[in-house]
Amino acid sequence: MNDVATLSGCSKPADNAAGPAPVLRERGQREVFCGLTGIVWLHRKMQDAFFLVVGSRTCAHLLQSAAGVMIFAEPRFATAIMEERDLAGMVDCQDELDRIVGQLLERRPDIKSLFLVGSCPSEVIKLDLAKAAQRLGAQYMPRVRILSYSGSGIETTFTQGEDACLASLVPEMPAAPADADKQLLIVGSLPDIVEDQFLRIFAQLGIDNIGVLPARNARDLPAVGPNTRYLLAQPFLADTALALEDRGAQRIDALFPFGAEGTTGWLHAAAQEFGIDEMHFNRTVAPGRERAKRAIEHARGALAGKRITFLPDSQLEIPLARFLATELDMVPVEVGTPYLHRAHLAQELDIIPPSARISEGQHVDRQLDRVRADRPDLTVCGLGLANPLEAEGLSTKWAIELVFSPIHGFDQAGDLAELFARPLRRRDMLEV
Amino acid sequence: MQLSVWTYEGPPHVGAMRIATAMEGLHYVLHAPQGDTYADLLFTMIERRNKRPPVTYTTFEARDLGKDTAQLFQDAAREAAERYKPQAMIVGASCTAELIQDDPGGLIEAMNLPCPAIPLELPSYQRKENWGAAETFYQVVRHLADKSVERPAREGRPARANILGPAALGFRHRDDLVEIRKILDMLGIEVNLVAPLGASPADIATIGAADFNIVLYPEIADEAARWLERTFDQPTIRTIPIGVGATRAFITEVAELAGADPTPALGDTHSRMPWWSRSIDSTYLTGKRVFVFGDATHAVAAARIARDELGFEVCGLGCYNREFARDIRAAAKEYGVEPLITDDHLAVEQAIVDASPELVLGTQMERHIAKRLGLACAVISAPVHVQDFPARHSPQMGFEGANVIFDSWVHPLVMGLEEHLLTMFRDDFEFSDDAGASHHAAHSPRKTVAAGDTQANVAMPAPAQAANDGRDHSCEGTVIEAGLWTDEAERELKKIPFFVRGKARRNTENFAADQGREQIDLDTLYDAKAHYAR
Repeated sequence: MNDVATLSGCSKPADNAAGPAPVLRERGQREVFCGLTGIVWLHRKMQDAFFLVVGSRTCAHLLQSAAGVMIFAEPRFATAIMEERDLAGMVDCQDELDRIVGQLLERRPDIKSLFLVGSCPSEVIKLDLAKAAQRLGAQYMPRVRILSYSGSGIETTFTQGEDACLASLVPEMPAAPADADKQLLIVGSLPDIVEDQFLRIFAQLGIDNIGVLPARNARDLPAVGPNTRYLLAQPFLADTALALEDRGAQRIDALFPFGAEGTTGWLHAAAQEFGIDEMHFNRTVAPGRERAKRAIEHARGALAGKRITFLPDSQLEIPLARFLATELDMVPVEVGTPYLHRAHLAQELDIIPPSARISEGQHVDRQLDRVRADRPDLTVCGLGLANPLEAEGLSTKWAIELVFSPIHGFDQAGDLAELFARPLRRRDMLEV
Repeated sequence: MQLSVWTYEGPPHVGAMRIATAMEGLHYVLHAPQGDTYADLLFTMIERRNKRPPVTYTTFEARDLGKDTAQLFQDAAREAAERYKPQAMIVGASCTAELIQDDPGGLIEAMNLPCPAIPLELPSYQRKENWGAAETFYQVVRHLADKSVERPAREGRPARANILGPAALGFRHRDDLVEIRKILDMLGIEVNLVAPLGASPADIATIGAADFNIVLYPEIADEAARWLERTFDQPTIRTIPIGVGATRAFITEVAELAGADPTPALGDTHSRMPWWSRSIDSTYLTGKRVFVFGDATHAVAAARIARDELGFEVCGLGCYNREFARDIRAAAKEYGVEPLITDDHLAVEQAIVDASPELVLGTQMERHIAKRLGLACAVISAPVHVQDFPARHSPQMGFEGANVIFDSWVHPLVMGLEEHLLTMFRDDFEFSDDAGASHHAAHSPRKTVAAGDTQANVAMPAPAQAANDGRDHSCEGTVIEAGLWTDEAERELKKIPFFVRGKARRNTENFAADQGREQIDLDTLYDAKAHYAR
């Protein structure tokens, strides 16, 4: 059975080795979360922010289900559930929103930034949340800053929700003057501990003028201007990058900081941009790099030579497949991603093994046919698919754990490798 | 709009998924944007199902909206029919697709599919999950039942019953079903059909062949049962066999309808709950205050067991599904409590604080609330959690269900002698409030968590005002009104074990208010104790 050969776009050989690798593009049912899901980590990252989804009961249900477990400490997110009377025009949605926001801010006086988050239903009825944010902002500033973005499934896939959220923060960043010192901006939400590790390394390298987006307090936004050089910590931030470039910032092209080599490459790109002495760079990163190499070595036995398929989920797939291939000798079979941003991933695509089948978008039934035909040793997929594939005898790794765990940087490289090794080790260990 | 943090029920199309996933050979084509596929994980993760739910999502995007989303729906439906070859399909829209008004029912009719397709109208902005499940099951039955089925005369053959209601993601449906089959077996009654769980469309066609229907979960099956009563003249058993008394009533009713002898089933020697409850170690259960909240059917059953079979006092009763509010109102009247009909978990939390119960019987939501308030808790109802699908057999229905209920409600409580020791040796450092009950770490009550305090403060910004308007907020974790209690009385109150302190405070304050006493001193405290002595 060769499903692959019958599919358009996939059988084309790469006739020019220097040209871009062929990409299988598919449309159909997508087994992915929508952008609202990003709220689950963003509301913990930005401790003074609250996320109010304007949507349906489905949105509320998604948020409590996607977290896997309910985090019952009252979360800093909620849903304004639209009801029949909102849609039938019996009440004005904007008035209703004013009422809900008033109710919320009274109950939670600790909120300093409020995001109104658009959903599929609010987008379809064209409820103007930007206008609402402006109106409410005028009312509640300076106590509360009110912003809006869309996390709807008709526009965003999973991690694109974070992209939309961060992009909404960019216009709020203070302007750095044209003659300001050159500044490094790290973009993409990282677990606090990882962020601190990176800041320490940059300080040791001698890069002191540094900001992070998002900041831990959404009100403490870093400045941005023509002397800002930004470094993406996450591969899914296309809109945020465009917004930063509108403010004059320039991107530092780099590998993403996964594994010993990825992290070295990421740090090195910044060091070069900031004119850091090569010897000093090597001395500074060597201990972390060696630690990372030692740590991932533990997983080599379980992973080397094993074949892996990624189903599209978070857009982390390509950098992660590169890490597993180049540092652990895994064999990527298919690497699916919801969207492929060729420019941001250029360095990744250069070194990912050309034998890997890169696919973009999803037709889940056909993709599962390919998984069954390929029979990889490990399939990275969403929670809706994992148990069914396990029941078919295919080992799986939950993709969502890669988004919810600290995996960036030298000191998490071992943990990252272990996330992939554990399901395989467990399979070998069990005798039931 | 309604501000919501956690919800008890999903949207109605998730109810439809619970029917489709429970059945075999039925496929659901859902017009929905990407992201709505999250619902798959409810089944594959919470229930650990080993197959994907039989649902095809059309996955439309913003750029499709100006173009032909109807075409997208038809393509998805055709592909699903080819790939899965279902015996029948159900088709409908999720909340977003409802707004773009593509009319999946109309579209499917025009398609000439090789299998019957049942259109579902599930208004997402008015209705919720349970309603969606009931409506879907009703539509499936109405469309697929073969009306020409005739029942042979009753003479000379065993009676035949349909068991209606067990579905995917149901609270202990899998295990309840085993118990019900056991009972029917002892009564010599044949099971014509279990639906939706495990039934195929072809099975549903034979639904009219049964002599009567047993509705185990009215939230899901009552609508269909009413139609079957009218269409096939099948009587319905509506007694829910949760608890010993209700199980006996159920057996008697079923036996009567089937003309069977109930004696063997009634004499099931595995029924241990009555003796467990009568044995003297259970004396300490007497009058324990329980707060009950869940779906109406499970809540009503739990309240009855609590009072009649365990000797508890029901101090609060409510449900989140308005459709069955009438049952809760009637029951609440019987227990002399205010019925609480709400799907706002913050209102439930407040009601629990106000009632200061010793045991909370609720959903996973109440389990979290109880944990925060340091109260014992047992789960009695959906919405479900991965823990509600235990590996072992753990029914709620039948005599074995009553045994399970006895264990799972009584174990979280501080037990008899321990309770006495805690009362007698209040100052022993190892009996401090932090120590809690010794035997059940997962449920051991803790001293009020700081988060709970903040919570209560935020929820009730002005404690003095709350007291003035007559609301009771005298539970652990709420603010003590300055000056009402003398220092001495306050110290004495702290010598009372934490798990009854809230009640003691509340009783004393009520007593003081009734008596017009402006301060609570030692005498007031002990006068109140005498007044409420039981």
